[in-house]
Amino acid sequence: MDAPKISLKGVRKSFGPKTVLAGIDVDVGAGQSLVVIGGSGSGKSVLLKCILGLLRPEAGSVRIDGEETVGINGTDRARVMKKFGMLFQGGALFDSLRVWQNVAFGPIQADGVPPAKAKEIALAKLANVGLPPEVGELFPAELSGGMQKRVSLARAIAREPEIIFFDEPTTGLDPIMADVINDLIVKCVRELGATAISITHDMASARKIGDRIAMIYEGKLIWQGATADVDHSNSAYVDQFIHGRAEGPIKMQVKKL
Amino acid sequence: MTLAPLTLLGRMTLAFMALVGSVTIFASQAIVQGLRPPYYRQQIIRQMLEIGYYSLPVVGLTAIFTGMVLALQSYTGFARFSAESAIPQVVVVSLTRELGPVLAGLMVAGRVGAAMAAEIGTMRVTEQIDALTTLSTDPFRYLVAPRLIAAVVSLPILVLVADLIGVLGGYLVAVYKLEFNDLTYLKNTIDYLQFEDVFSGVVKAAVFGFLIALMGCYQGYHSKGGAQGVGAATTAAVVSASILILTFNYFLTEAFFAR
Repeated sequence: MDAPKISLKGVRKSFGPKTVLAGIDVDVGAGQSLVVIGGSGSGKSVLLKCILGLLRPEAGSVRIDGEETVGINGTDRARVMKKFGMLFQGGALFDSLRVWQNVAFGPIQADGVPPAKAKEIALAKLANVGLPPEVGELFPAELSGGMQKRVSLARAIAREPEIIFFDEPTTGLDPIMADVINDLIVKCVRELGATAISITHDMASARKIGDRIAMIYEGKLIWQGATADVDHSNSAYVDQFIHGRAEGPIKMQVKKL
Repeated sequence: MTLAPLTLLGRMTLAFMALVGSVTIFASQAIVQGLRPPYYRQQIIRQMLEIGYYSLPVVGLTAIFTGMVLALQSYTGFARFSAESAIPQVVVVSLTRELGPVLAGLMVAGRVGAAMAAEIGTMRVTEQIDALTTLSTDPFRYLVAPRLIAAVVSLPILVLVADLIGVLGGYLVAVYKLEFNDLTYLKNTIDYLQFEDVFSGVVKAAVFGFLIALMGCYQGYHSKGGAQGVGAATTAAVVSASILILTFNYFLTEAFFAR
């Protein structure tokens, strides 16, 4: 059996006294698309940042293609990062650069592609996400939220990564634009044959882009299974979350006035 | 209860030492990464324009008025001892050794240090710095090192220009208001100026440039939260750079001139 593309064992991360990840175990096979669902502040983004090496877990193992990545040096990290693309929740586009320069940033800076060639790649990737070449000359501040997400997606796929992360890709978008982004994600991941991990609390998005769904609660993955099984999870936590009920085992910590 | 002030003092000392350690590690990382390729030449040139060229008006204005005031004040003071002839020397030595680098440093700390902290701080809170890492680009090499290099190179040039403008300010007041002979004023200025006067100012400027960029980048890089965090980082960058400039100025002066 092939080694999983991404393998996490006992990953723990705390910020001061607050434990955010309390021992995460999950494997993602090559070409699979895993969606991690969970409430706000449940540790979804921290999980992605630990895999990317942006945060260092206190304990546990993060293996990419079987290679341990926790504690690796900067050169090895840069090599491993070449496998990744990421769409950030807020887009995280460089606001001092034009759209095409944002998309071409990875090819130019990390891969040494000449700017003229990188611009061609950028415009092709922008076309992949349904944006015309004129958009390439604009600055991120001149774009709508939906267009910024598309540009961020184009940047994430510009280096044709083996692994793509999507951090709340539909947050802040209207339902139609959210569906457009979901379709683009599915299309791009399939075309690249990439492995994907997405985090979201948008169930429509999770159902559309995920092969598997895992739910994180209080720092642990309390359920994981095929997307089709999420409605029959036999977990009261998952049921409450996917149906968006206020009543249930998940208690929101709201201070009374 | 009686130990409360000591506890507070202990906490403040620990926090201060932690800050010094954190800034030192940040500076070492920036220097080590800055020395390794790839070198982002365009970023360095852009920052040199920002720090040097665009700071010229504000530094030039500061220098010319400082030179003018220096000549006027020296005259009113020295006239009591019939020592007016020393004014050209006082103006040029004060400017090149002290006022040029310190005032230029403080003005650039306010203008450029704040801008660096705000820009990098905004990049931090909007995850642009994380995005750099995911694009296999080291934020220290791409963001911090070019700013440090540009500041260390630009500030000495800026200070040399400020010295010239400041001397011009002193000359204008001395010749057109105090009725000094123009050629004598210039001759005295040049004759009494030593290489060490200019060199010490240039070295100070390079150190101040490093401190301004370091504090701007450090505070921005570690900013948290949203707009409030970026605002706090900006203030901290200007205040800490200004204090460091004044502190280092004393030690550099002692290193150059204490006998």
